[in-house]
Amino acid sequence: MRTGYDLELVHLTKRYGDTVAVQDLNHVFSPGSYVCFLGPSGCGKSSTLRMIAGHEEVSDGSILLDGHDVSWLPPAQRGTAMMFQNYALFPHLSVRDNVAFSLRMKGVDKVKRHARANELLELVDMIHLADRLPAQLSGGQQQRVALARALVTEPKVLLLDEPLSALDPFLRIRMRSELKKLQRELGITFIHVTHGQDEALALADEIVVMNNAVIEQAGPAREVWGAPRTEFVARFIGGHNVIALADGKATVRADAVRITSEGLEATIVAVEYQGASVAVTTRTQAGDEVLALLPEDQFFAAPKSPGEAVRLSWDEARLHRLQA
Amino acid sequence: MQIRNRHILGWLEAIPLTAVLLCFLVAPIVMIVIVSFWGATEFSIYPAFQFDNYEYLFGSEVVRRVFLATFKYAAISWFFTLVIGFTVAYFLAFHVRTQTMQIALFLLCTIPFWTSNIIRMISWIPFLGRNGIANQTLISWGVIDQPLEWLLYSDFSVILAFVHLYTLFMVVPIFNTMMRIDKSLLEAARDNGASGFQTLVHVIIPLTKPGIMIGTIFVVTLVMGDFITVRFMSGSQRANVGRLISNDIGLLQYPSAAATAVVLLCTVLIVIAILLRFVNIRKEL
Repeated sequence: MRTGYDLELVHLTKRYGDTVAVQDLNHVFSPGSYVCFLGPSGCGKSSTLRMIAGHEEVSDGSILLDGHDVSWLPPAQRGTAMMFQNYALFPHLSVRDNVAFSLRMKGVDKVKRHARANELLELVDMIHLADRLPAQLSGGQQQRVALARALVTEPKVLLLDEPLSALDPFLRIRMRSELKKLQRELGITFIHVTHGQDEALALADEIVVMNNAVIEQAGPAREVWGAPRTEFVARFIGGHNVIALADGKATVRADAVRITSEGLEATIVAVEYQGASVAVTTRTQAGDEVLALLPEDQFFAAPKSPGEAVRLSWDEARLHRLQA
Repeated sequence: MQIRNRHILGWLEAIPLTAVLLCFLVAPIVMIVIVSFWGATEFSIYPAFQFDNYEYLFGSEVVRRVFLATFKYAAISWFFTLVIGFTVAYFLAFHVRTQTMQIALFLLCTIPFWTSNIIRMISWIPFLGRNGIANQTLISWGVIDQPLEWLLYSDFSVILAFVHLYTLFMVVPIFNTMMRIDKSLLEAARDNGASGFQTLVHVIIPLTKPGIMIGTIFVVTLVMGDFITVRFMSGSQRANVGRLISNDIGLLQYPSAAATAVVLLCTVLIVIAILLRFVNIRKEL
């Protein structure tokens, strides 16, 4: 069923001269979901986001939002708002004036726009720093302000361009839970571009994996992780081993691989202690690298070191056939 | 011991520049200030400490008018160099997409500077003169039937020359500041519904202020201190403070010239101090 503010891409294409950055994308985003565009740099995910935002012209196809074709509307009239990678806060304006900027452009009077800006700053818990300049804020605080500024226009879709990449790892994890919480509270669609698979898995209701200008796979996070469709997806999303079989390729999850007395012969290349588990990288005789993620206690019951020959096995049921 | 050595070393390192500044900046200014209190007759100057020169400067109606004319030249030239300079810098920074093209066009702007000021000034004369190209063209088009007298040897030609000579001093600092503006800020402004004009007023101009201020200081000080442009382009019919000083020197009235120079220096410093109250340019330096 199609209700609410749903966003749809129809044959969306972006060309820069002869290079195709985005090729014939067709996708319907379900309303009110947290969507992550995942892919390596140059895969076209940012171009797609920027086309949805209206900062990049559509070469072909269209973008429908809430039943209207918004492909040729200016950014502010689309019902989308964008949060930029480096936040793009106006350095000469205070936090409050940054948030109130779009209202000022619309000619809302000062009292009203400041009141509204304060509401948003309350929401992102930044009201106590409303009179500061962006340069006086930390990265995480700047991000909250950028978020408030994007939300002040009451967008139907919020577009986030690698919003967490400029933060340190601790802050990144905290901000991502806040983003998710905010998205639930507001109930609008968030489209979040990232190249970090852990970020995508942690946040997304739906993951869209892109590579070479096309969508490789799209679906709920568990589905994409549990059943990667192609070799690229399996490798990019991590935690999977791609194994060449006689009749094509298959994946087996790293945590399904066991070191046993029977099975595939391999040599240990590296052992990495990760706390709850131990990552054992091995190389088979065919030259494939196979990663086994073993529970800590199980590994230390029979510890192995690099160079040792081992045998690997897994349940046949855990073997997942790849389509490409 | 070592700390002490480093201390001395620091002072030693500062000495050459201090010496240069003392010899070539501070000493001459001190000399000028001292001489400004001296007296002069038609044929001699004599050391003294008297305020005659300053009394004359502040009492004379002619001097007052010349100072006003100097301010007028500075203000009008500033206005036109700012408008043209800002437009050129804006075009270079935001409309020219490729960096190669930006550099090429920027160098194109500097080409006039490969010739001397005087030559660039004088080359206006055949163009603007009574029978110059401008008048002849306008007559042949039938726009006018009499040659325009105000084209040359007038305030118009003086200001035209100033604007021509000094616009680049506006373009360079403004362009430099504009190039540092993060392009995503312009996108953010657009995303927030700002029109092109609103982006200009609310984002670009505020962020370009330091560059505008540096350019303003260049143009104002150059125009206020100039005497040769006014002399050539007005055919010696207009005066500014610089010409006042140069005339005094021509008549060997050094004390009077020195006093005028001191007043001019103070005026320019006051103007700059006022400008700096408005904008903090330290970020740019």
